[in-house]
Amino acid sequence: MPKPNGGGGPASIRHTSGMSEVPEPTHRRRSHAGTRDLERYAGLFAERTTVMRSSAMRDLMAITARPEVISLAGGLPDTSTFPPKSFAAQMTRIAQKSAAKALQYGPTEGFEETKDCILEVMGAEGMLPDPDDIIVTTGGQQAIDLVCKTLVDPGDVVICEAPTYPGAVPVFCSYQADVIQVECDEDGMNIDVLERLLGELREEGRRPKFIYSVPSFQNPAEVTMSLERRRRLVELARREEILVVEDNPYGLLRYSGEPMPPLYQLDGGDFVIYIGTFSKILSPGIRLGWAVAPPPVMEKIVLGKQAADLCTSTLTQYFVREYFAERRWQHYVNDLVEIYRRRRDTMLEALRNHFPAEATWTEPEGGIFIWATLPDYIDTTDLLARALRSDVAFVPGQGAYVDGRGRHSMRLNFSGVTEDEIREGVRRIGAVIAEQVELYGTLTGEQRQPEPAEEPQPNVLPFRKAEGG
Amino acid sequence: MKVTVLKGGRSLERGVSLRSGARVGDALERLGHEVAAIDVGPDLVKRLNEDRPDVAFVAMHGVGGEDGTVQELLEILDIPFTGPGAAACARCMDKVQAKDAIDEAGLPTPDWFAFNQTAFREFGAADALGRLEETLGFPLVVKPSRGGSSLGVRFARSAAEVPQALVSAFSYDDRILLERFVDGRELAVSILGDEPLPVVEAILLEGDRYDFEARYEIGRTRFVCPAEMNDEEQRAVTEAALATYRALGCTGFARIDLILAADGPWLLEANAIPGLTDTSLLPQAAEAAGLSFEDLVERILDLALSPQGALQP
Repeated sequence: MPKPNGGGGPASIRHTSGMSEVPEPTHRRRSHAGTRDLERYAGLFAERTTVMRSSAMRDLMAITARPEVISLAGGLPDTSTFPPKSFAAQMTRIAQKSAAKALQYGPTEGFEETKDCILEVMGAEGMLPDPDDIIVTTGGQQAIDLVCKTLVDPGDVVICEAPTYPGAVPVFCSYQADVIQVECDEDGMNIDVLERLLGELREEGRRPKFIYSVPSFQNPAEVTMSLERRRRLVELARREEILVVEDNPYGLLRYSGEPMPPLYQLDGGDFVIYIGTFSKILSPGIRLGWAVAPPPVMEKIVLGKQAADLCTSTLTQYFVREYFAERRWQHYVNDLVEIYRRRRDTMLEALRNHFPAEATWTEPEGGIFIWATLPDYIDTTDLLARALRSDVAFVPGQGAYVDGRGRHSMRLNFSGVTEDEIREGVRRIGAVIAEQVELYGTLTGEQRQPEPAEEPQPNVLPFRKAEGG
Repeated sequence: MKVTVLKGGRSLERGVSLRSGARVGDALERLGHEVAAIDVGPDLVKRLNEDRPDVAFVAMHGVGGEDGTVQELLEILDIPFTGPGAAACARCMDKVQAKDAIDEAGLPTPDWFAFNQTAFREFGAADALGRLEETLGFPLVVKPSRGGSSLGVRFARSAAEVPQALVSAFSYDDRILLERFVDGRELAVSILGDEPLPVVEAILLEGDRYDFEARYEIGRTRFVCPAEMNDEEQRAVTEAALATYRALGCTGFARIDLILAADGPWLLEANAIPGLTDTSLLPQAAEAAGLSFEDLVERILDLALSPQGALQP
């Protein structure tokens, strides 16, 4: 039987049912370069590719996806409760009413209607930006990239929290920023340390381009910046004329405590660039985020966006418009909050039951992670290797630092796993930690700390300090 | 020829193995072979029985694929395969076994002591640490007995750092070894058939020389091939590597890692299935010998089918 398409290249192979001779459309990987070729390409690589990081940890993370592994390593919101029927109805309406437009390019800044939805979301946290200051981006991640593209020259200083959002580190590095991290405590970024740092930099004649902060339920440390520090940070930025980039994906996912005003609201938008996203309140699959910036900065960001991808997906912007038109988005967020609160509580309870007394962890009022810190003789990258043998995974803390710190901490996700998985996953991690604590005790002759107390500990402090009994 | 590439598996080096396997698969296709690939899992034997390849190309690293397990199965199924046989793989994978064999062959390997967890947990081996430390001196190296690349390998610069290093190493294996640190140049000798390839030297560019991770981070270590050595050093290094290869019973190929100290070469370990990615050392060494990656892959296949270089210990 003749082959369809005359045996052309892989792009021309069609799926054809019932024709057994037709070659399976194997995805023919492009022939990889030989070493000689690689060297030839290496001469072409941009300087910035040399600072892109690769490590043993990344290889370990690659195997956390095995199906038998309970992964607390993810950062996925739960999309399973989004009703398929309403998804179908919304997409059908788009197809019926606006197929041609939804399939077309859109404006680089995003549709006005999308911005209306963004205004609703920001309004729910007390912010009222000018729609002209908003750009719709391909996820919040692109907003970080565009801000760097606009502001960062190689060698420029970017300040962020320690630990910081692990996904921001490669962005900063790819623009060859000199990343300096400021330690966090239970009230968020330490502003005294920040002020000292700014002073030192001033003496060196260096002015940081921006301070990147996730002030609410920070990924990964899950601390929330106190109101006082928020005020001080915003005043500091204004006085020093430095931009603050506020990344706020989790602000609406609060399970307890009082809401905090975003930095953008406190500042009024003069020195704060705000980054938001629909990923955690609707869907990360639609890749819709946004940035809000003062007009002169926004002008450059728009040019950068145009160069990057012309415009954000029109189709998913139409989806968001339809979805918000039903006026149920806040109910959905409330549903998520209920689910996540239960999962957070389950994880906290499991931590109390299964982690040894030597461990401490955050008790977040929102967000989707818990950050646990172990005794300093336990390296969490090594622990992950051991944990994988017990079919459980987490993110070693190292990835949240640019300078090798975080080796004794781990990030645990509770949003993308069931309560049963949380209990079992934490139990398994607890068992391997206990094993290492005991081994260390044997090696040093130190007495093992007593088991955690049976009675539940008060759930009041943002950090649970280790108490030996 | 019908070649099945075995890659992936469950080991911690799965990622590297997938890259090695993909690259080998491409080269085999360019060489005109009929190529299939198996991401090794519970259906391995079933799939091999269905495929019945002329030869299996084992591109697996770490526990399971490099320790003789897969090789044993291939021997039972009577399918020729690339690289060393099951027994040699098992010896190379386990650093303690490998060092025993190297030592028995009268070859220099740094002094070491091996322990399993039970020794510490049940027999109070910690009380013996002081004497060992005295014997080995500081800094000393702590390694998991089985495990690839730098995973779990730590330096201890003082007695206080030993327990933590042991905890790290025990994360990867139930048996660990403490080894005397030998200061010198870090060399890797790849052997193809029974031919040593040009020697690769790893030179740490920046950072703490005792930070093992730096060695595997792109841009922090530079690899030079062929390593600059005088004739005498060259001969001593290649002879020691070849003798190790034979002592461990390797066939096909392997990579021998050693330290060239002021008093000559000290053998550290052998990798039965060294990486075959585009940044791995064996392909770099082959390149320096004038062999393209395709040449290398073809030669490895030839050796699997007619192991003229087969040398039993």
